[in-house]
Amino acid sequence: MTADTADTAGPAPAAERAGGPAPRGRLGPPAWLAVFFLLPALLFLGIYVVYPILFSVYRSLWDAPGTEFVGLDNYARMFTRADTFIALRNNVVWIAVAPAVVTVAGLVFAVLTERIRWSTAFKIVVFMPMAISFLASGVIFRLVYEQDPDRGLANAVITTVQDTVAPTGAYPGAEPREGVPLEETPGGGYRLAEPVTPGDTVTIPLVGVNSDELPSDTEHAARPQASPDGVAGTVWVDFTRGGGGREGEIDSTETGLPALRVEAVRDGEAVATATTAADGTFTLTGLEGGDHTLRLAASNFSEPYNGLTWLGPTLITPSIIAAYLWVWAGFAMVLIAAGLSAIPREALEAARVDGATEWQVFRRVTVPLLSPVLMVVFVTLMIYVLKIFDLVFVIAPGSVRADANVLALEMWQVSFGINDQGLGSALAVFLLLLVVPAMVFQIRRFRREDS
Amino acid sequence: MREHMWRGRGALAVTAAAALVAASACSPGATQSGGAGDLAGVELLVAAKWTGVEQENFTEVLAGFEEETGATVTYESTGEDTGAYLGPKIEAGEPPDVAVLPQPGLVREYAAQDALVPLSGDAASALEKNYTGYWRDLGSVDGDAYGVLLKAAHKSIIWYRPDAFDQAGVSPPETWDDLTGTTAGTLSDAGITPFAMCGASGWTLTDWFENVYLSQAGPEKYDQLVAHEIPWTDDSVVQTLETLADVWGKEDWMAGGTEGAVQTDFPTCVSQVFGQEQAAMVYEADFVAASAQEAGATVGETAQAFPFPAVGEDAPVVVGGDIAVAMSEAEGVQRLMAYLASPEAQTTWAGLGGYLSANSQVEADAYPDEFTQTLAQTILEAGDDVRYDLSDQVPSQFGATEGKGMWAVLQDYLRDPSDPEGAAEKLEQAASNAE
Repeated sequence: MTADTADTAGPAPAAERAGGPAPRGRLGPPAWLAVFFLLPALLFLGIYVVYPILFSVYRSLWDAPGTEFVGLDNYARMFTRADTFIALRNNVVWIAVAPAVVTVAGLVFAVLTERIRWSTAFKIVVFMPMAISFLASGVIFRLVYEQDPDRGLANAVITTVQDTVAPTGAYPGAEPREGVPLEETPGGGYRLAEPVTPGDTVTIPLVGVNSDELPSDTEHAARPQASPDGVAGTVWVDFTRGGGGREGEIDSTETGLPALRVEAVRDGEAVATATTAADGTFTLTGLEGGDHTLRLAASNFSEPYNGLTWLGPTLITPSIIAAYLWVWAGFAMVLIAAGLSAIPREALEAARVDGATEWQVFRRVTVPLLSPVLMVVFVTLMIYVLKIFDLVFVIAPGSVRADANVLALEMWQVSFGINDQGLGSALAVFLLLLVVPAMVFQIRRFRREDS
Repeated sequence: MREHMWRGRGALAVTAAAALVAASACSPGATQSGGAGDLAGVELLVAAKWTGVEQENFTEVLAGFEEETGATVTYESTGEDTGAYLGPKIEAGEPPDVAVLPQPGLVREYAAQDALVPLSGDAASALEKNYTGYWRDLGSVDGDAYGVLLKAAHKSIIWYRPDAFDQAGVSPPETWDDLTGTTAGTLSDAGITPFAMCGASGWTLTDWFENVYLSQAGPEKYDQLVAHEIPWTDDSVVQTLETLADVWGKEDWMAGGTEGAVQTDFPTCVSQVFGQEQAAMVYEADFVAASAQEAGATVGETAQAFPFPAVGEDAPVVVGGDIAVAMSEAEGVQRLMAYLASPEAQTTWAGLGGYLSANSQVEADAYPDEFTQTLAQTILEAGDDVRYDLSDQVPSQFGATEGKGMWAVLQDYLRDPSDPEGAAEKLEQAASNAE
C-alpha cells in the first residue's frame, strides 16, 4: 500500500533519483539492517534450539560411547525395549487425561469465580501453585501421598472418615498362641473349637499385643472363677515381658486383656455377650443349658484402615496427574477467565431473555464462544504434558519408578543413568516428533488469528 | 604516526607478558625454598559423591597430600549419582583428575571407553603392597590395575534396638533359622514388629539378596553369578529367593505391612526403628550409624548391630565401597593415587570416624571405637571369603539403576514373594539385556 502511493505519486523529483541505487519500491530500512536487528535472536535460537536439535539427531545415530556409527540401530533398539513401551503407554494416559481434566477444571473455576464477590482472592489462591517450582510441588505431593496416615495428608483424610464409620479394634495385631484350639472366623474374629456349656471355665491365651499399648489400668491376669449358670473365662496376653513365661499358662507377671468383647453363640446368634475386666476375666451369664460356641468378636481385631496406596503401582499415575492438576488448574483458569471477560455480554443477555436456563447458556453460548481460548489452553497443556518429567521424578518412589515412567524420564535415565547417550538421543528425537504436531497446530492457529 | 603508536603498545604488552611469565616462573622456586614439596603449583581436581561430614573428612585426608607435595587439590561433589555426573564430563573430554566411583561396574565401563588411566609407578606398587588379591582384582580390568578401594562399607550387619529385644527377651541370633524362627517370631508375639524394610531404595534389597546368597551358595557360586557364568535361573538363586520369603513374605513382620515396606526408602526405615520405634531391626551396612544418630539413638547403646546370621555354613561378609580411579595423565595424579592407597592416608581417615578400610596395613587401633574395630576386623578375618557387593559389580543398568533390573525385580518380589522361579526368570532376562 505504501509502495503503491509512492509509485502513483507521479514522477519522483530528480534530486531523489540521483540519491543512488536505492532498491525500487522500498521505503523501509535496508535489508542488512533488518538482519542486523534479527541477529541476536537468530544467534540465540541457533545456539540454544537449532544446534541441540541437530546434534541430538546426529548423536542418535552413534553408539553409547559415541565412537561407532550405528545408523538407525538406536531407533530399532528403542522400539524393541519393554521400558519404552511402558513409558509410551503412560504418556498416552497422560495425554488422554491431563489436558482435558485441567482445561475442564480451569473452565469451571473461571465460570464460577465470575459470580462470586471475592473472585480475585479465589483466583490468586488457585493460581498460587504456578508460582511454586515443579520440584517443590513434587515434594509436597510426595508427602501428601505418604502411606502412613500420620504423615500423608490424603490417607489421613480417608482414614479419619473411615474410622468414624468403622472404628479400629482395640487389638488389631492380636492372635491366638500357637497350638491353642482357636479357629479364625470369616470376619476376622476367633472361636473356640470345642463348644462350652454353663459351668465351664476357659482360658484363652493371645499373643501379638505390645504390653506398652495396653490400657493403663490393666491388671495381672486372674484365673477364671467358675459360676454355675454361666461360662467364666480369662483372656490374657500370654507373653512374659522379657521372655521366659510358660506357653498357654497364666504366669504371675502376665496381664489380662481388658475391654475385649466375648460372645456366646447358639444357632448362629449371639445369645450372651460380655466384656473382659481389667484382669482379663469375663462371665457369660443367662445361658440356657446345652452347647454354645464361644467367640471373640471380630470387632476386637479389626485392622486399622490404612487408606489407599497412592504411591503403589496401580494408582501412581493418577496420583501424579492429580498433582499436575493442582499445579496447572490456575494457569487454565486465568487464561479462560480472560477469554470469558471478552465474551459479548449481549449474547448471554439475549439467551437469558429468550428463556434459556443457566446450564443452556453455559452449554450453548459460553462454551462455543470460548472455544478458541479453550483450544489454546488444551493444546498448550498437551505440549507440556508430553514433556512431563519433574513431577514423576520426584513423586514416584524408586519401587514404582518403572510403573510411573514417562518418555522424558526414560530419556534422562538412559542418557545419564546407564550412560547410553545414543539411545537417549533417539528417545529425545522421538519425543520431539511427538510434540511437533501439537506445535504446528498451535502455530497455524496463531497465524490464522493474526490474519 | 599511527602505526608507530600501535607498535609501541605491542611492545608494552610483550613486556607485561614477559614480566608475568617471570613472576610465575619465580613462584615455584620461592615455595620450594620455603620447604614445600615438589608438586607446588600443580592443581588437581578430585570428584566423589561425599557431602557433609564425609566430605570434610575426605578433604582433611587430601590436605595431608597437599602438605606433603605442595600441590593444590580441589574437591568436587558429584551428588548421589556419580555416573550421571561423570558421563557428560567424559563425553565433553573434561573429566576430573581423580574420581571416586561407587561401583566396580563403572570402572569396567569407563575402562572400556578409554576414560581411565592405569596405575603406574608408586601407585601400582602401593596397591600391590597394601591390598590383597581380591581387592586388587576388583579395580582391575583385563589385567590392568585402575582402581584403589578407598573406602569400604560393611554390608553384613543387622541393626537392632536393644530395648525391644529386652522387652521380648530375645538375643541376637546366630543363624538365619534363629533369626526367622525365634527372634522375629518372639518379637512378633510380644507385639513388636520385627523388621523395618527400605524397599523403595532398591539397593537395600539387593544387599539382602547378596548376604543370603553368599552364605547359602558360597563364594564360588557368588563369583560365577557376578560373571554371569551361571544363569540367574540357577537353583541356587531360586533357593535364595525362597529363603528371603521367610521374612519378605510375612506381611505383619514388616513395619507398615508389605505396602509400607515397598514404599519406605533409606534412611526412613532407619528412623522407623530408632526414631518412631515402630520396629525392632533394620538391615543395612555400617553407615546406618549416621542415620540412627540422626534419629536420636546412641550408637553402641540404644542402637546396636549383630553380624548377618549364617544361612548356610558360614556367616556372609559382603563389603561395598568406593573405588578411586585416575582419569587424567596430568602431573601428580599417580602420586595422589599412591597417597590414597597408602596406610598413612587411610589411617588418618580412620581416626576421623565413619570410615572402614580394606587396606591390610591399616592397624585396628586406627579406629576410634570398638564397634568399628570389630567391623574392620571381620573384613580382614574373612580373608578370601569376603565378597564385594554383587549388584555393584554387574553392569549398572542391571544392578544399580532406579526402576530397572535387579532393583525393580526384587521390589516386585518383595511386593509379592509367591513366585521365586518367575522372579529368577525376570532377573535372568534383565541380566542378559544389560550385557
